[in-house]
Amino acid sequence: MLWHLDIEPASDQPDSTGLRASQEAVESGLPGPWRIASSRGYLVEGGLTADDLRDAARQVLVDPVVETFRVAPCPAADGPSATVVHVSPKPGVTDPEGESALGLLGDLGFAVEGVRSIRSYRIEGPAEQLPRLIQRVLANDAVDQVVVGPLNLDRLGEGKPYDFALVTVPILAMDDAALVKASKDGQLSLSLAEMRTIQAHFRDQGRDPTDCELETIAQTWSEHCSHKTLRGRIDFDGKPIDNLLKRTIFAATQELDLDWLVSVFSDNAGVVRFDDEYDVCFKVETHNHPSAIDPFGGANTGIGGVIRDALGTGLGSKPICNTDVFCVAPPDLAPDQLPAGVLHPKRVLKGIVAGVRDYGNRMGIPTVNGALAVDPAYLANPLVFCGTVGVLPRGKAFKSVEPGDRIVAIGGRTGRDGIHGATFSSVELTSESESLSGGSVQIGNAITEKMVLDVIVRARDLGLFRALTDCGAGGFSSAVGEMGADLGAVVDLENAPLKYQGLSYTEIWISEAQERMVLAVPPEHWEAFRDLCQMEGVEATDLGEFVATGRLTLRYHGEIVGDLAMDFLHDGRPDVVRSATFTPPPARAIEPPASADFTADLLAILGHWDVCSKEWIVRQYDHEVQARTVVKPLVGEREDGPGDASVILPVVGSHRGLAISCGINPRYGRLDPYAMAGCVIDEAVRNCVAVGADPDRIALLDNFCWGSPERPETLGSLVLAAQACRDLALAYKTPFISGKDSLYNEYSHEGRSLAIPPTLLISAIGQVPDVRRCTTMDFKAAGNRIVVVGETRAEFGGSLFAEARGLEGGVAPRVEPEVGLATFRALHKAIAAGLVRSCHDLSEGGLAVALAESAFAGEIGASVSLRGVPRDAAAATDATLLFAESPSRFLLEVEPKNLEALTATLRGLPFAEIGETTAAHGGPPRLVVEGIDGGRVIDASLDEMAAAWRRPLNW
Amino acid sequence: MATPRVIVLRAPGTNCDEETAEAWNLAGARAESWHVGRLLEEPHALDLFQVLTLPGGFSYGDDLGAGRILATHLARGLGDALRRFHDRGGLILGVCNGFQVLVRCGLLPGGEAPCPATLAHNDSGRFEARWVKLLPSPGVSPFVSFDEPLELPVAHGEGRFLLSDPKVLEALDDAGRIVLKYADATGAPTQDYPANPNGSPRAAAGICDATGRIFGLMPHPERFVSPLHHPRWTRLGDALGHEGHGMKIFRGAVAALA
Repeated sequence: MLWHLDIEPASDQPDSTGLRASQEAVESGLPGPWRIASSRGYLVEGGLTADDLRDAARQVLVDPVVETFRVAPCPAADGPSATVVHVSPKPGVTDPEGESALGLLGDLGFAVEGVRSIRSYRIEGPAEQLPRLIQRVLANDAVDQVVVGPLNLDRLGEGKPYDFALVTVPILAMDDAALVKASKDGQLSLSLAEMRTIQAHFRDQGRDPTDCELETIAQTWSEHCSHKTLRGRIDFDGKPIDNLLKRTIFAATQELDLDWLVSVFSDNAGVVRFDDEYDVCFKVETHNHPSAIDPFGGANTGIGGVIRDALGTGLGSKPICNTDVFCVAPPDLAPDQLPAGVLHPKRVLKGIVAGVRDYGNRMGIPTVNGALAVDPAYLANPLVFCGTVGVLPRGKAFKSVEPGDRIVAIGGRTGRDGIHGATFSSVELTSESESLSGGSVQIGNAITEKMVLDVIVRARDLGLFRALTDCGAGGFSSAVGEMGADLGAVVDLENAPLKYQGLSYTEIWISEAQERMVLAVPPEHWEAFRDLCQMEGVEATDLGEFVATGRLTLRYHGEIVGDLAMDFLHDGRPDVVRSATFTPPPARAIEPPASADFTADLLAILGHWDVCSKEWIVRQYDHEVQARTVVKPLVGEREDGPGDASVILPVVGSHRGLAISCGINPRYGRLDPYAMAGCVIDEAVRNCVAVGADPDRIALLDNFCWGSPERPETLGSLVLAAQACRDLALAYKTPFISGKDSLYNEYSHEGRSLAIPPTLLISAIGQVPDVRRCTTMDFKAAGNRIVVVGETRAEFGGSLFAEARGLEGGVAPRVEPEVGLATFRALHKAIAAGLVRSCHDLSEGGLAVALAESAFAGEIGASVSLRGVPRDAAAATDATLLFAESPSRFLLEVEPKNLEALTATLRGLPFAEIGETTAAHGGPPRLVVEGIDGGRVIDASLDEMAAAWRRPLNW
Repeated sequence: MATPRVIVLRAPGTNCDEETAEAWNLAGARAESWHVGRLLEEPHALDLFQVLTLPGGFSYGDDLGAGRILATHLARGLGDALRRFHDRGGLILGVCNGFQVLVRCGLLPGGEAPCPATLAHNDSGRFEARWVKLLPSPGVSPFVSFDEPLELPVAHGEGRFLLSDPKVLEALDDAGRIVLKYADATGAPTQDYPANPNGSPRAAAGICDATGRIFGLMPHPERFVSPLHHPRWTRLGDALGHEGHGMKIFRGAVAALA
């Protein structure tokens, strides 16, 4: 019997889900008018009666105060209810509410076999808009099933039994065209050269590969897993580059050879020494393609995946904070501008924020740092970067695998989730992606991962395992394949616990079901490990054994379904050879406008998506759980000012801290990828130093998100950015410790291709010797001196001033590494000595925006003159001094008594005292700026600036 | 007097257990973290402790409503043990999700025939992490033995305390059992967002049972044990004193047991 338990808000309670749906309908270009009433509920299958279910509802499923319910049999009787829309997860999609209800009802003794959650909407509105309402607001085709009208289901339908049949792919007999077709039809994303190599390999073996073997190779060789472009050969305008990553980013780290680096570019995250007892690790991942299709699920599993990266680093680290950076198209885009198959950017942003919130909050990991970059070119390819910092005891940063170790899987069960994620993320999106690739979207269940976390940290401290890694893209295939790469492994696939029946051996092997980790457990510890898992409610399964055969052998009920040489799998891929070229865009000078009142420009820039208040996002994240966050993301008198970086305490009882920051700027990337990379490194470092981090203890992470590397110009810009990373990492002595690239961020539609701008996210993890010396960016008191550090140059290219004024071209800002490093070191000395009352970095919008933000965050006015601002000869205009975005600059607030000491500390660097902080004079406090000639160039109340800054994301 | 022993009960999805245990230790108690599964196996172990704490988090994912599943397990498996614990003078503290659990299993507001109560979705319709000011009503609960307003962070999506009979809420208020109320800048109880972050009627942030020994609150006292936890410590400096406001709650309980 199938029942529908329908749960509505009580009559005196608001229906916030219904109201939100009506509102989002209007925002999505469906004017309505709409009246939407929502209810939640469950589809419950089993032998229980309606009265049993009512009893269960009252006991545990329905809130006694704010909800009412009714129980109806399914299929429902027909009725004139065409305007009721039911939305529930497709069979096989992770459904935590359904699973928990099933578990608890079982515990309580109810006869229940299956439960699925469901949402229902009773809709009054224009019938012809209903299909679009469902598609744009109520459901996501990729993961949801929709029933319009009466619920005509009679069972939940959770899969059919699987009948084993070994499948081989007859590639030996294929010609080139057939090989290409086999790769495409199988969503393998393998090139012809790769297919030929595989063909030759199996010809030597005298047999065709099984489907499972071919899938394993495709995943191991995917761009996502092997980074074949950046590790391959590139011909850059006639100059050969062998392994770009090794020659740029790794090379810088190697050359710096710093004694505080522990494990770099070899594990799931980079590891650095923190103090005598602890190391810390940091990893940032992208989850772009899944987030384009299902923003909530994509971001949800993006953060879940990177947490597992930290968890799977060394012998396991405890995650202590998360970061999130999003790139989307303008959320106020007119709905009729949307290409087919693309979600509206506002829906995308809301979905990814909700996805990070849901997972990060449930994991109990504070999300402390982030950024938003908005550009129309992210319309079809939003970018979602998620990062996790972990802490681990010293001496636990390395792992090993010994023959005889058990291959143990723990955590979530395996389902069809995310099959083909590794290969899918290595191809361009098309207008059909949404329907073709729905299966490659995964849904997370954070609590399962939290339980895995609890087990791993305990098992690590008990020494119960020798190695671990997470199941990310490629699932068991890549986890076991990587762990056993130097050894060999035998896996019995039928041992894997399944969410539902019907999975083939190949599906088990490549599934990307979430919340799973694989460990190498010495046989003598297996029992203790299993007992610990049982105590914590975590499923642990012995899948097989690591063996010294050099082969990856897969069995299903004793039958061999795959047998691959590890060296072919890991070293057999033909080198990718790509060509790259770069032609800078034609130089177009920007002539700064004559002096005038620039207040309107300032207000416009404060309201830009990249600058505006992110409070709507930040407050949805628990950024203080674990009680480590000592400099919050929001600072100042009203606790809403935009902090430069957050600071956390990794070790209880110690005042040594970690500052976490980032830098990103797609606008510079379009003009000059080399300069862009330098600027975003400078920004990440600057943000860290501004709160008190020691510039000699900052490590960096890179995340390159580019378009198709098969287009030489696109790859050329990537080569330049990577070279800049090398050059500046060396100059700043800030080593890269980990990174990830995501290529093919393109969308093709009707023969036209839309690529993202070159986007490099740099994340920084800096160490603060004593957090009690940390500074924040808000002005603290009237009567203090205001000092600007760093030289301003006529660099308007890619600036927000240029964008606000519609000026194209210009020169992107360039980093002067020697001055930059000297500035960071001197400033750190000043902050550590307690000489600085507030410190804010100058970034988008330049000096004007920094002054405005520091002033309204502190609710303290300021009166300054541009006359003394350090500048080069070409920068002698008010617009330049206010809005140019030259790097390595800071705004400081200094108590008069400390000015002399500060001057001594900064000696030899470009800096100047430019004014003072002010109290209100017969009215609200103001920011007043005099130009070079003494005229007023900005005069604004703090309230109007803050209002302009709060408005855009005040959702 | 011996050091009070505190059991911090964690379940799948609990995530504030470590800092909560740390706060108890700072206050001079000795805290142990226990998995709920272990306590369900040996309920008598509760006899070893003077304080039971249910920390914050998302127990069992809050999949069936905040705190619902853990509350069901506690009521079914530990009902008698909890009653015994309370009757012999034990203190019970529920923070955030722990408060939700205490409400769902009927320990709060408590009494013979408890009036159905809930912590409903915030009026804002979303999860909110922000700092609030709290007005104490001392004298009823050992956890709240101070007069000065507190500042503490909240981080929840479901914190609006409702009773099916609003008169019971009035009676709670009259009995001084709404021991912490959301307050505005002047220190007066408020219904205004965001000072009252969830829209709780009577500005209820924390309540206790008739004995005062069972106390639940939405704000997180364990997240403000050092002045460095305060969001404006770089502005306020020494004015914050040498320890965070949250310590008053833990210290009050420890003092009451001494």
